Amino acid sequence: MIKSKAMLIDLTLCVGCNACQEACKTANGLAEGEEKRLSATAYTALEEHDGVYVRRMCQHCVEPTCVSVCPVGAFVKTEEGPVLYDEEKCIGCRYCMQACPFQVPRYEWRSTFPRVRKCVFCDSRITQGLQPACAEACPAGATKFGDRDDLIQEALDRMKADPGKYVSRIYGRHEVGGTSILYITSVPFEQLGFKADLQTTALPDLTWNALSKIPGVVSVGGVLLYGIWWITNRRAEVQRYEQELKEGNRSPDQGAIS
Amino acid sequence: MKRLLSKLTFWKVVAGLVLISGACSAAVRYLGGLGAATNLTDEFPWGLWIGFDVLCGVGLAAGGFTLAGIVYIFNVKRFEPIIRPTILTAFLGYLLVILALMFDLGRPLQIWHAIIMWNPRSVMFEVAWCVMLYTTVLALEFSPVVMEKLKMTRTMKVIKKITIPLIIAGVLLSTLHQSSLGSLYLIIPEKLYGLWYSPYLPVFFFVSAISVGCAMVIFESLLSSHAFNRGLELDLLSEIGKVAVVGLAVYLTMKVVDLADRHALSLLWLPRMETYLYWLEMVVGVIAPLLLLSRRRVRESRNGLFLSAVMVIVGFVLNRMNVSITGLEAWAGASYFPSWMEISVTVSIVAAGFVLFAYGAKYLPLFKQHPKTVSIAPSEAEWLQDLKTVSQPS
Repeated sequence: MIKSKAMLIDLTLCVGCNACQEACKTANGLAEGEEKRLSATAYTALEEHDGVYVRRMCQHCVEPTCVSVCPVGAFVKTEEGPVLYDEEKCIGCRYCMQACPFQVPRYEWRSTFPRVRKCVFCDSRITQGLQPACAEACPAGATKFGDRDDLIQEALDRMKADPGKYVSRIYGRHEVGGTSILYITSVPFEQLGFKADLQTTALPDLTWNALSKIPGVVSVGGVLLYGIWWITNRRAEVQRYEQELKEGNRSPDQGAIS
Repeated sequence: MKRLLSKLTFWKVVAGLVLISGACSAAVRYLGGLGAATNLTDEFPWGLWIGFDVLCGVGLAAGGFTLAGIVYIFNVKRFEPIIRPTILTAFLGYLLVILALMFDLGRPLQIWHAIIMWNPRSVMFEVAWCVMLYTTVLALEFSPVVMEKLKMTRTMKVIKKITIPLIIAGVLLSTLHQSSLGSLYLIIPEKLYGLWYSPYLPVFFFVSAISVGCAMVIFESLLSSHAFNRGLELDLLSEIGKVAVVGLAVYLTMKVVDLADRHALSLLWLPRMETYLYWLEMVVGVIAPLLLLSRRRVRESRNGLFLSAVMVIVGFVLNRMNVSITGLEAWAGASYFPSWMEISVTVSIVAAGFVLFAYGAKYLPLFKQHPKTVSIAPSEAEWLQDLKTVSQPS
């Protein structure tokens, strides 16, 4: 059993040097140039909120919404943790973008054959035993790569070691059922542009509740509709028969109606 | 030239201009990508084409399954004279929804992927299959009209034999499809504003589709009776109005109970944009037509029926736009208003619907009454009994 990988981002350590974005762009062959927001050419970006740098990227959810909503299964969650996108399958419905609770997926709006773009957690690097490019490049130790369970423990240890420094919350530990990217900070998350009110159970359960009722609706509904038709149709037949009897077009001994 | 000019009426010119602007926008969209033609952004990836063309298009086609169920399953044959134009409307509606999807999908030529690449956990997968299957069913349901025109008696007999299974499949697929469009939004509980987000979204979408289906039958029958100078089935339409009353009443009750259940009633009085839009949608589309249509005098007058039907339709459109656009803006932190190109494509698609329907009415036996079907004339009492069965929410 492969242990699921994760990254711990400690916002108190980030100095905003942008080395993570540069390394990311090189590793993923994206167009160069500093970008302040996520885009089709920036899988990660540093957003500044009240002097704090918030590194945004795909959260690589434990039970990803994008994987569940894609009609053609273009997204997969691998055992190691990355959520990957297969552009060959994509039909471009953008339900992944609509449904992502972190507003991460970006689109190539100007392309005539557009792709969804987002962080791939350096999948090819971590299957080779390397760290993601951003974690390797971080000079301040603000991004740490490791096993998810270990990193949660480490975050708790850092909080214990310096009481009062951190907000007592690991963002990503429970949000939408947990994510592979974990954040700790000294400033409340809602002040840093995080969606702080997300539910703690996985979102795909919400749609599954409805989808799982389809077989019932079809079978019960089908039988019910057929039954109603059978009754109303029979009623009409009997009516027609009685009408004919009354008009004398048919004698009773001609037998029952077919 | 003179003869050509004399054939041009005002509405033909309007339709022509609309379709030309739509074609220009289509060129921009396909040559420059979605970004060149639309105001869509990463924060706001679904706009008018999904909110109106797809969500409303499918809803407004709901007359097809509602009436087919009433006529064939509940055997209320009195409505048979209006079944053909209604099925045509539904069929055209679905074709135009598919056309709209060809604009909105980023990779429209890969739309067929949904047939072989499955993800049964996705609501969008269910939507895709419902669109495919129900469009096929509608084509088959409508095919006898074309066959009658072409005098293909033998094939017609085959279709007639499978009418009932076909209608049942159509009603089931519609039930699934109408509700699944609501299910699409179940996965964004924080994003969709509390007045609209509910675990019962699929049920709301289904029930509102039934009342708007009735409203569409009324709207379109009154319009076409005017446009094509044909006799009017006002008594039939009044009865359809009654079904709409039941639908609207059930919908209103469920909406109120749901808000109370979620402890969200206080949202009704918050001074916010969403509150006003919600009230507008509910008053125009549900409460007012419910009050109007429950009055016999309104139901039996041509203008009263028409006005009520238009209100139900407008309210329905407002609801779908609120769920798909305005109800999401606050959370997404983005505002969206469609570009003129998005609007022109949408208007063109609606215009295409009108044009196609007009051609259908002109060249196909849409409004013919079958002499066979009038032979059973249920007495008034039985007829009322039938209607009661129909109106009962299942």
